[in-house]
Amino acid sequence: MADQFIFWVAAIVAIIAAIRVVILKNAVLSVLHLIVTLIALAVLFLQLSAEFIAALQIIVYAGAIMVLFLFIVMLLNLRKDEFGRDQLPWLRLLGTLAGAAFLAELISLIGGGRVMAATVPDGFGSVRSIGIALFGEYMFPFELTSLLLVAAVLAAVVVARRKSSNEVDAAPPAGSEGEA
Amino acid sequence: MLELDKLVKLVGDGIEAVVTALGLGPTWVTLVQLIVAALVVVVFAALVVLFLVWWERKVSARFQMRLGPMRVGWHGTIQTIADALKLLQKELITPANVDRGIYFWAPVVTFVAAMAVYVTVPFGKGLIVRDLNIGILYILSITTFTVIGLLMAGWSSNNKYALLGGFRSAAQVVSYEVPMALAIVAVVMLTQTLSMGEIVSQQAKFYQWYIWRQPLGFLIYLVAATAECNRTPFDLPEADSELVAGFVTEYSGMKFAMFFLAEFLNMFTVAAIATTLFFGGWNGPFLPSWMWFLIKTLAGVFVLMWFRWTYPRLRVDQLMSFAWKFLLPLAFINIVLTGLGIYIFRP
Repeated sequence: MADQFIFWVAAIVAIIAAIRVVILKNAVLSVLHLIVTLIALAVLFLQLSAEFIAALQIIVYAGAIMVLFLFIVMLLNLRKDEFGRDQLPWLRLLGTLAGAAFLAELISLIGGGRVMAATVPDGFGSVRSIGIALFGEYMFPFELTSLLLVAAVLAAVVVARRKSSNEVDAAPPAGSEGEA
Repeated sequence: MLELDKLVKLVGDGIEAVVTALGLGPTWVTLVQLIVAALVVVVFAALVVLFLVWWERKVSARFQMRLGPMRVGWHGTIQTIADALKLLQKELITPANVDRGIYFWAPVVTFVAAMAVYVTVPFGKGLIVRDLNIGILYILSITTFTVIGLLMAGWSSNNKYALLGGFRSAAQVVSYEVPMALAIVAVVMLTQTLSMGEIVSQQAKFYQWYIWRQPLGFLIYLVAATAECNRTPFDLPEADSELVAGFVTEYSGMKFAMFFLAEFLNMFTVAAIATTLFFGGWNGPFLPSWMWFLIKTLAGVFVLMWFRWTYPRLRVDQLMSFAWKFLLPLAFINIVLTGLGIYIFRP
């Protein structure tokens, strides 16, 4: 009963916060609601006895990525009138279509009875089992992903790097590196 | 003889008996037990902060050849209570142009994050609210919310000093979190568990303390933790001479007090984690376990105070390059060394 209660609270909070992420006009509030959504998702992970994933969800998403989001959004400090008119009106249509397709898929999956309640093996979702899976069976894709991340980081550094004096062009200088 | 684990068990069983007698199920027993535990932890945290504020003032005074608070109570012992009462009575001023919602929630987020850490801190033998199997990761994940609270406070205050303070703080905490987590990873490689209770029980003997096998890791943790608490020499988020009071500039009364409480609690938290990971937690001879925990943790807090009243403040650029160009590589080297050590000594 307590499980059910926690599930419903977390699920409803996640959905309401997610809807508010999309409809709020204030970008800072949107990011904050996204954080609430991520926390609610972490609670759902906990209920699926995936403690490690829940902790990582909060450390990586809420702790690192969302803080950077907040940082940038606050630095830009966009006001309503600065958004201008909708420059990509077809994106809204596309998003609605994609969302509807995903919803239909979910309904057909759950309604079709193809989703069963799984029995969880002992030690499921523990750091040990995830570590063994990552560095055993899924070693190759895991290393490939890290390679991809390194490439992305290098690309970001190249883009953000200040141009050296002999290749200065008309572009305005990037912000000073020291003050992150 | 003065161990508290029997008392805790007695209270827990008492709650179970009472709640069951009222005709409620085991879910309610757990719920009531957790609420009582949370209340105890909150009261303990409040007492700790009352003591730490007084202690900090006394320590700083001694470092500057002053006496510090002397008037209220013996050697000013109840000075903080008087200050707290003053803060409680103050009018809650909300500046006109703040973003009200975020302005209200910022101290709450910071305070709850500082408090929630204590769920998995082993205060003594049998004195841990929940020994989670992701213990240390849980602490790392909860502390990240502190940054979000500080950013919220800085931005919603609609004040340039507060905004700059919030940004500095976020940049600093995010940067120093990385070497800190890596230093903890090196310890976890040795313990092979994340549970705080188990880490403590592995260090029963003096020579088993992880500081002997992780001296470099401890130094990295100490520096990064000082930065995480925003304390001198890393107190740029509230560098008084540049930023007034940083992100707390527009806060007053109880809202200010919540930030203040969270700050001192965080100091106690990092010292408690250092005690647990490196100094054998509550293990020790003669005295009861909770007393050993308090002695070790307060010694750690004293070191942080010592730093604060000895070193001058860093510059922003020094702060960043120190984290990324020195501490981070050092933490990686430490992990490699630890791995080599495990490979050689533990076939």
